[in-house]
Amino acid sequence: MSFIPHTDQDRAHMLASLGLSNMDELFEEVCAALPPGEVPDIPGSSESELSHELWDIARLNGRPDRTACFRGAGAYEHYIPAAISHLLSRGEFLTAYTPYQAEISQGTLQVMYEFQTMVCELLGLEVANASMYDGASALAEAALMSMRITRKHRLLVTEALHPHWLQVLRTYTANVDADIVAIPTEGGVTSADAVSSLLDDDTAAVIIQNPNVFGLIEPMREVGSLLADRSALFIAAAHPIALGLLTSPGEAGADIAVAEGQPLGIPLSYGGPYLGLFATRMEHVRQMPGRISGMSSDAAGRRGYVMTLQAREQHIRRERATSNICSNQALCALAATIYLALMGPAGFRAAAERSFAAAHELARELAALPGCSLAFDAPFFNEFVLDLPIPAEDVERDLWKHGIISGLPLGRWWPDRRNQMLFCATEIITEAAIHRLAAAMEEALP
Amino acid sequence: MSARTVFEKSRPGRRTTYVAPCPVPPPDLRKLPEAALRAEPPLLPELTEGEVVRHYTNLARRNWAVDVGFYPLGSCTMKYNSRLAEDIAAWPEFFAAHPLRPTHAAQGLLRVMYETERMLSQLCGMARFTLQPAAGAQGELCGMLLVRAYHADRGDRRNTVIVPDSAHGTNPATAALAGFKVVTCPSSDEGRVDLTALGKLVSDDLAGIMLTNPNTLGIFERDIQEISRIVHDAGGLVYYDGANFNAFVGRFRPGDMGFDVVHLNLHKTFGTPHGGGGPGAGPVGVVERLEPYLPVPLVAKGPEEFELEEDRPKTIGRMNVFAGSVLIVLRAYVYMRLLGTAGLRDVSGHSVLAANYLKQRLSTAYRPSHSGRCMHEFVLTAERQKDEQGVRALDIAKRLIDLGFHPPTMYFPLTVPEALMIEPTETESLETLDAFVDAMLQIDREARESPDLLHDAPHHAPVGRLDEVAAAKNLNVRWTPDAAGESRG
Repeated sequence: MSFIPHTDQDRAHMLASLGLSNMDELFEEVCAALPPGEVPDIPGSSESELSHELWDIARLNGRPDRTACFRGAGAYEHYIPAAISHLLSRGEFLTAYTPYQAEISQGTLQVMYEFQTMVCELLGLEVANASMYDGASALAEAALMSMRITRKHRLLVTEALHPHWLQVLRTYTANVDADIVAIPTEGGVTSADAVSSLLDDDTAAVIIQNPNVFGLIEPMREVGSLLADRSALFIAAAHPIALGLLTSPGEAGADIAVAEGQPLGIPLSYGGPYLGLFATRMEHVRQMPGRISGMSSDAAGRRGYVMTLQAREQHIRRERATSNICSNQALCALAATIYLALMGPAGFRAAAERSFAAAHELARELAALPGCSLAFDAPFFNEFVLDLPIPAEDVERDLWKHGIISGLPLGRWWPDRRNQMLFCATEIITEAAIHRLAAAMEEALP
Repeated sequence: MSARTVFEKSRPGRRTTYVAPCPVPPPDLRKLPEAALRAEPPLLPELTEGEVVRHYTNLARRNWAVDVGFYPLGSCTMKYNSRLAEDIAAWPEFFAAHPLRPTHAAQGLLRVMYETERMLSQLCGMARFTLQPAAGAQGELCGMLLVRAYHADRGDRRNTVIVPDSAHGTNPATAALAGFKVVTCPSSDEGRVDLTALGKLVSDDLAGIMLTNPNTLGIFERDIQEISRIVHDAGGLVYYDGANFNAFVGRFRPGDMGFDVVHLNLHKTFGTPHGGGGPGAGPVGVVERLEPYLPVPLVAKGPEEFELEEDRPKTIGRMNVFAGSVLIVLRAYVYMRLLGTAGLRDVSGHSVLAANYLKQRLSTAYRPSHSGRCMHEFVLTAERQKDEQGVRALDIAKRLIDLGFHPPTMYFPLTVPEALMIEPTETESLETLDAFVDAMLQIDREARESPDLLHDAPHHAPVGRLDEVAAAKNLNVRWTPDAAGESRG
């Protein structure tokens, strides 16, 4: 297969204009400067051959029942309206690049502007960027930003933060003298008292995720008021669908808010590409990483959109930029924008309420199974931890035989939690699916 | 009116329902404490599906794209994107897979990832790749953290990174983010790294050098082996920014040039769509001595099946929540498998042929930044047009829009005044290349005959030149009913 349009005649014409007779002559200088390397022999294929081969490869993944995935833990299967993929496949969105030429990139720039507006609305803050790679890298950038603003190095991080997010945070801050201190939890929930006693004058930020890794709702407003008159910033990591019901980071007093935007119309995709949401207060806008679209006008007074505040960015500021971020997740941001426009306020709230309802119904049924109970008493949104009488990995294996993806066995992250499973339900989980899961669980348990 | 936002088209009470009314018993919100609840609901637009589809379809029509026409944006490799890859990425077996699924239920995905890693390693002459970084810049950060970890593990505190003056801005920004001090190395008159200057910059503190090859002028760094030797002798590592790998793919390998760490942009060389500015992917390859530091998880081939390797004591950690932009990796896999090595050799060959053909033809009217053979891209300077007619690179770029082309990259690299950086790629026909030349020659004539035509361009775009100064000064980066009132729609 080839996408090269040049005929033999075209090639000969172009080579002749350069005084050359064959393609290899274009590379004479390179060949002379390098030892001969061994290039692998990858055979090419036709579309039909390759798509058949990939069909076989795809089947190796197995095909679980899509209405029976009870796993969240950082990635959530919500309903994706069909219109989204149709709009995303428009070549004018799909095959454009960063809107360097505003006059012929108004589509992308206006989408960025609308996306920023919706992110501000969701997170309850004043200004948002046009996206980051994912929730975890957005959190890491938020932590770096808090260190720039406060010129302090201590980061108080809840121990109920998703462990992969913590790893990303550690990776990003490993070489900038960050001092990460864990805030302990009580009954699975971050202790506001502990925040209060750990806070000191060296603290750059307090980082809380709501709901936390166990699905529990954190005392966001309490932490917000603790920080209200302190120099340390409050960084909140949110779940975007939960924001249909739960207090927004801005309402709780957060200075910077981030979220994993995947639940907003982006498929699970085995982990990516996802979408980082990032918002802050207007006073910090010049320290914010990432691209920003702003409304402006042309000489005729026509409204238009441009990339703005570029003086923060790497292509202008080089080693003094607020971040090295360049391309990010424009098409995923478009998906989220369309998702929110389609859902509207009523649909958005309904997705949150139904997810909440489904998770609570699931918890009720599972906690009634022999030897099972909820691990924590605190209120939760769409996820909860279930204590099992046997190792969770055994249950996972048995449920897979029924085509069901169980909750996540927490022993995978914490060896002392091997009899615990983190379950999730969203609005796509029906009562019938819950009954089916409960029946399969009953069979798997002793 | 077409610049009206989706919010201005909203009407209270209008909606399309996607969430089933009652799949389970209705929620009992009393389970939540008052303080946990949201006080103000988010202001989202209220529209029907038909209105939403029409709104975003009309926005799409206000965009230029590879699918619309020629997009010779230098250093961005705006080539045609295979639609088979798009279709396959939309198969439920791939896109609906939960990232924390048991690995036995993800063997197809893991096989694609494993084979992609092997192909990229072989094409670059590297020992191993991580597929985790979500973009080129994140790949750079990953690579520089690997450089840092390598030195630290040897008890070697090295803090300086050399970056050529022609480098992309992400290089110095990345080195700084990884905690390094950045030193700029000047280019020679030929546009290459100045070996004498480089020799003076190396020291015991040198952690490494970040290089693009061909460099951002489209010139082959002929002395690359000597550069690698100088840096290695000083104890540093050599980093390859793969933004321009399209010139070499299938023919030459960074590993053979002495590079220790490589990042690739799958959305450039490996044909995945640019998406209006992402998502891309920036996998990072390393030579054997850097392998222990790669981020987790890595895909490994176990005795029976493919596995995700998490337990790596010397790892720098994790760049991404899960295994990276897997569906972008899948698209690149499809691209490599469709083309094969022979096809990839044709890619680099024809990208270099097209660039040299354009450079040759355009040199009659525009001065190239450097003479001689270019690789997959080249830089013109509009200095003469500026001095003689007061027409700047910006004006030429904007006039190109009127004539039906996306402008080249402007004012980059910073070492060339009034720069226009042109990368045609291998997928543009001779007719398109010739039409572009005709347009550029017409603009040169217009510069002499009617320069104001250029100063006021574009004349035929959805909007004229927008006031960027006002946009930065009177910041309006979020719609509110008030903000809309200030601007005429």
